[in-house]
Amino acid sequence: MNGSRTDSRKLIVEGLWHNNPIFRQVLGICSTLAVTNLVLNTVVMCVALIFTLSLSACTVSILRTLTPRNIRMMVETLIIAFYVIIVDVLLKAYWPEMSGNLGPYVGLIITNCIVMGRCEAYGNSNPPVRALMDGLFNALGYSFVLLIIATFREILGMGTFLGISMPYFGGPRWDKWIIMVMPPGAFFMLGIVTWVFRSIEIRMENKNK
Amino acid sequence: MNAGPEISQAFVVCVSAMFTQNILLTYFLGLCPFLGVSREVKTSMGLGLAVIFVLTSTCMLNWLTYHYVLVPLGLEFFRFILFIIIIAAFVQLVEMVLDRYSPFLYQKLGVFLPLITVNCAILGASLFMVIRDYSFIVTIGYGFGSGLGWFLAIIAMAGIRQKLANERIPQGLQGPGITLIIAGLMALAFMGFSGVLQGT
Repeated sequence: MNGSRTDSRKLIVEGLWHNNPIFRQVLGICSTLAVTNLVLNTVVMCVALIFTLSLSACTVSILRTLTPRNIRMMVETLIIAFYVIIVDVLLKAYWPEMSGNLGPYVGLIITNCIVMGRCEAYGNSNPPVRALMDGLFNALGYSFVLLIIATFREILGMGTFLGISMPYFGGPRWDKWIIMVMPPGAFFMLGIVTWVFRSIEIRMENKNK
Repeated sequence: MNAGPEISQAFVVCVSAMFTQNILLTYFLGLCPFLGVSREVKTSMGLGLAVIFVLTSTCMLNWLTYHYVLVPLGLEFFRFILFIIIIAAFVQLVEMVLDRYSPFLYQKLGVFLPLITVNCAILGASLFMVIRDYSFIVTIGYGFGSGLGWFLAIIAMAGIRQKLANERIPQGLQGPGITLIIAGLMALAFMGFSGVLQGT
């Protein structure tokens, strides 16, 4: 019992920090970076990703003994696509504006490398519950970095947070950095966030020595 | 049917997909191989060429399937699965044909082809073309322009990174960090092209 508890703690720490999808593995930024100009869009996108990643890792793991090895990739893609279609259909039905805002990016979760990466690296060789945990915490580690980026971009670029005007940044004294809500801002923010987190990590490693 | 205005529209879409609406620098598609493979100009060139070819062809194939199969059957929500299957099958086919008939090209591009199936730029371009409701001719222009834009961006990045190899960069910024910041500067530069298409 004790063994499995340290195991899951290890999974959590790995997903959130040591093996964080964004600043360690640098995977899967494509489809989500584009929506980080508004916090709300990012939240919806991250929820979609958490749902897809954890459930598809779990499903891949359940089917792992039944899938022939040479068509494995194709089966994984289909499983991922299945969950993405569920998200897409739900969004279209209950929240059409959001579906319009996100455009093709919901569909692009299919080719998001982190989903495929986790299914392939972990789901494929581990039991379902652990694959689910691994997927969940990788997705959470991914989401928290993206939310940091989105928060900075929205506040600096538009002076709002979740659409609500912020005290200083929304006022006339703050000259809005329009560049932050445009594509270059996303690259800069992600570069800076990666830099900060990696530096913290390097420092922690040096201390441990 | 008068194709004249459509062809000129296709041209405009092609140029804008290359520069002002670059699929990589404005829509962040195909970022993973862009960060991973852009260390050398030579390999980037191979990958870039493969992307141009696959992107243009799959865009056309997907347009035909979408408008002649999915829309009449009312199965539009099924497009994610169908598009990805078409892309994967097409890439596999190209790989087999190249292997059989042109060992030279296979050696040059072969290793990059499997990577392309998971390149989000390919699926992204197909989804954009559906959302924006392009006609067939415009889709050809769009696919080609997007591919060419991706090619230009990765080559430029590889050139810059080769120069950077000997520079002293803070330890935490090495690798993806500096690459992303360069990509940001490149995105700024590409935004400068937006004046080109003002008149249309």
